[in-house]
Amino acid sequence: MACLGNFALFLVLFVILNAQCRAVTIEEKDENTFKNTPTDTGSTTNTSGGGHEPAAIQTLPIVTWKWHHVETPYLVALWILTCWLCKLVCELNHKITSVIPESGVLIILGFVLGGIVWGADKAQTFKLVPVNFFYYLLPQIILDASYCMPNKLFFSNLGAILIHAVIATCWNAASVGIALWGCYEGGAMGNLDIGPLQFLLFGALLSAVDPVAVIAVFEEVHVNEVLYILVFGESLLNDGVTVVLYSVFDAFVSLGGPKINAEEIIKGIISFFVVAFGGSFLGVVFAVITSMLTRITYKVQVIEAGFIIVIGYLSYLTAEMLSLSAILSITFMGVCCQKYINANMDEKSVTTLRYSLKVMANGSETMIFIFLGVSAIDKNIWVWNTGFILLTILFIIVFRFMGCFFLNWILNQTRLIPISFTDQLVMSYGGLRGAVAYGLAALLDEKKIPEKNLMLGTTLIVVYFTVVLQGITMKPLVQWLNVKRSTKSDLTLNGKANNRVFEHVVTAMEDICGRMGDNWWTRNWNHFEKKYVCWLLMKKDARKINDKILGAFHTLNMEDARNYVLENEVNGSLGFIRNYDAANVDFKEKIAFDYANIMPNIMADMSDYDFNIENVPVTSIIRNPVPSVSMDINEQDMRNINGNLTAHQILDQNLYQSRMHNHPAYSRSNYNTTQNPVEVQEIFQRTMRNRLESFKAAKRGISPANKKISKHSKKDSTMKTNGKPVDPHRTHPFGDEDFEFSADSASSSEAAANFPGRRSGAGIVNPAFIHEMETPSPMRNLPQTQTGNSRLPLKPTDLRGLTPPRMTNRSTDSVMMADASVNEKKPEKPEDKPGSHNTKL
Amino acid sequence: MGSFQSLPDDHHYRTLSKKTGFSLEQIGILHNRFKQLSLNEEILRRDDFNKVQDLKDNPIRSQIVEAFFDRRNFHKDGVGSMEEIGFEEFLTVMSYFRAPALHTTEEQREVIRRAKLRFLFNMHDTDNDGTITLEEYRHVVEELLSRSGSLGKETAKGIADTAMLEVASISVGQMAPDEFYEGITFEQFLKILKGLEIETRMNIHFLNMDTTVLCK
Repeated sequence: MACLGNFALFLVLFVILNAQCRAVTIEEKDENTFKNTPTDTGSTTNTSGGGHEPAAIQTLPIVTWKWHHVETPYLVALWILTCWLCKLVCELNHKITSVIPESGVLIILGFVLGGIVWGADKAQTFKLVPVNFFYYLLPQIILDASYCMPNKLFFSNLGAILIHAVIATCWNAASVGIALWGCYEGGAMGNLDIGPLQFLLFGALLSAVDPVAVIAVFEEVHVNEVLYILVFGESLLNDGVTVVLYSVFDAFVSLGGPKINAEEIIKGIISFFVVAFGGSFLGVVFAVITSMLTRITYKVQVIEAGFIIVIGYLSYLTAEMLSLSAILSITFMGVCCQKYINANMDEKSVTTLRYSLKVMANGSETMIFIFLGVSAIDKNIWVWNTGFILLTILFIIVFRFMGCFFLNWILNQTRLIPISFTDQLVMSYGGLRGAVAYGLAALLDEKKIPEKNLMLGTTLIVVYFTVVLQGITMKPLVQWLNVKRSTKSDLTLNGKANNRVFEHVVTAMEDICGRMGDNWWTRNWNHFEKKYVCWLLMKKDARKINDKILGAFHTLNMEDARNYVLENEVNGSLGFIRNYDAANVDFKEKIAFDYANIMPNIMADMSDYDFNIENVPVTSIIRNPVPSVSMDINEQDMRNINGNLTAHQILDQNLYQSRMHNHPAYSRSNYNTTQNPVEVQEIFQRTMRNRLESFKAAKRGISPANKKISKHSKKDSTMKTNGKPVDPHRTHPFGDEDFEFSADSASSSEAAANFPGRRSGAGIVNPAFIHEMETPSPMRNLPQTQTGNSRLPLKPTDLRGLTPPRMTNRSTDSVMMADASVNEKKPEKPEDKPGSHNTKL
Repeated sequence: MGSFQSLPDDHHYRTLSKKTGFSLEQIGILHNRFKQLSLNEEILRRDDFNKVQDLKDNPIRSQIVEAFFDRRNFHKDGVGSMEEIGFEEFLTVMSYFRAPALHTTEEQREVIRRAKLRFLFNMHDTDNDGTITLEEYRHVVEELLSRSGSLGKETAKGIADTAMLEVASISVGQMAPDEFYEGITFEQFLKILKGLEIETRMNIHFLNMDTTVLCK
């Protein structure tokens, strides 16, 4: 597979190389190479559209070769494709990425690509240009990182993060710069044309701990969350600080040594703070704007997610325009608004936003790493100076450790939970340098800094050293030090609920003992936020559902619904008949009322038709990471939380919807399926008839259970034997005269019991069921409610207390009636469980 | 209870310090606070707690206050609740919220964790039968949600039920087929909250500084 990937890669590359046109100057190409990455919203103006004036033609050409018209965007697209293919190659080779972090592999692949370009062109025609990097590649990465930042964790550790980001960065910059200068004066590097200020500038640009590299590595090793947030937050903010520091020192360098006096230095310090805090403040302002905007964007739901991206990008550019810190601006924008926009926007939009940000961020991340590698293959930038390079590497590591340990020591004096020694070690070791450092180095002005190339080359070496070497050793180090790993994020309702209890207890205790602690501040902020901030930034109905426990409840329900559908689909059971009383009642009533009399006569021909329609996408939709199922559930859920609902309802609605996805309805602005109730009804009837017909057939004894047998895993079949309705609370077994499911479920369990030898999947197929076996749809499959559901005895009841799904007009009415019974039965629910355990065993 | 008859003497403080792990300064501060709450008396009643202003907004206030009077929190096999408590009891309850020392071994941490969780468990288990029954759990959830506005009892019920099922599903292995799921036992409580880093979170940072003036 790898070979295949590589082959494709080289193919693409050769296309690029062969098609290259020498007419465009190298420089221009560089500029353009990145100008038009598709990931940049709003910046996709093609700058070099027209290449050549068409010559006067003699005759009408049928087709013409118009390479020049498309050259730039074409090259960009090809490069993007190449980079992404490289990532694909990495992902395919798990053996490699388990040792070397992916970022490292990408850089190495970048070397290879760069080598090929070099071999073909005898010059490095493509490299990472700072402008492209800072304007088109970096923003989305930062936005993604900040938007997905665990908010609470971030703010509760904000103090530590800020101290590390600001003080440690300044310390690193100053110490590395001064130490290098000292060594230079001491004669360790021979003769170089670098003054102390330039050294400081160099130190500043090297102090950027790269979030991309760090996250890439830390996520792979799964460190505990406090450590993670410290390093992550630090590296994110530290980028901003580094850029600020860099520009201050850059100004000093342009000012020149003699002109710098106390006044200028003070100005520099002030400028540092103004730029940093101004940028952050700007970000908060943009966050407020975004949040307020999302209160109304539901009117244009299609592009809702786009607003966030564009405004984020604008906040970046605005800060850049005002010469404030752009990175800090977009960081704070993302961190601050996430809570409100997530509450305001429709769940679909949130998912869209998340995914599109991820695509953009990962895409540009990949490109950055590849180009970090590609850029190295350029003999112009390599000026070797052993002393300089080695000392740089030594100093950045040593001073990072010193700074980290010292600051953590200070922090530990006041921290309730001290940062442990191993965590500190990992934190220090996690100081990976990345593209920001390279970008800043490439920004250096050769006129002011004659040794730019040396610095650039050294920066590259530092990047390689930290990303590749430290990246490789990080995992073993974490394992060896036995660093506390992250525990699985608790999705459990009990976890969340009890967590909330702790919070309340702790604050109450503080009130009682009269201490104004962190919790006091937290609580007051929460109070303020609830009262004013939410009022300003959140939609009215969003405010109500903004609760963590409900959130967990909601998530759990979603999980359940999804699992439920999936599992039943696998089991071949009907989704909405469950072995719980209420649901059965519902269903029975529904069917009895509506379909009892129409069922017999129809189906043989219909089944084919049905089959054709539905066998296509249901599974793919449901298995999709952005499942349509979940969306439908989400729509109404929290809003009608008091409404009557059952899991049943949700599920059968999902089932309709799944079918409906097949109806070819395209709308420019909507991805919704048709809501036409008649259609829904019609589909439902058709399926029901079809199914009931099958049951009838089954009942008549056309070897009913084979289908299941041939399809099912062993796990399932063990349950089958016990799959009879043993639930003592079930008041009505399935054997009701107008309702044939009982026949099937009973007979299936019998059959399973009678032919144990067949269970492991002998593949005996009843011709009557062939179609259904091939269809992935949960609707198509026969109801093995007993067996199917006993696998997840708890799930259905979980669902019952559930939030309502979208109430499709038609399907709910009869269900609603039955809800009364559900509610009455609620108190018994825990006792339902023993029953379900029975079935399980 | 009511063990202070006179002004707190140094010796008494030392005994308490040994017992609860607080430093002498902290005990002094807490004693001040105690007197402030009890209006300079030696005993504290439920009414006194209800006077704490900041506590008014706390949805689970009653349970928290109840915990102060719960005998189970003072002795291992205590039963029932008291009408009034003295400073020593007050301090004992507070000591559940002390941060663990800097260097603790794994076992010590486990002990602390158990103690803290036991405290919470007792808070939920109002009738002291060793299990948190569904009724009790519903009550907790209801109270927790009582501040979230329009969410009705049904929701709380639904959540509590789901949570209960979750517990049952986690501890299902220990159940005989025809057994009822009666409620959450302490062991199960420990189990379901395994992921929660309680020992690092259920802590109050007791300063060695008197801030009683600042709070009402």
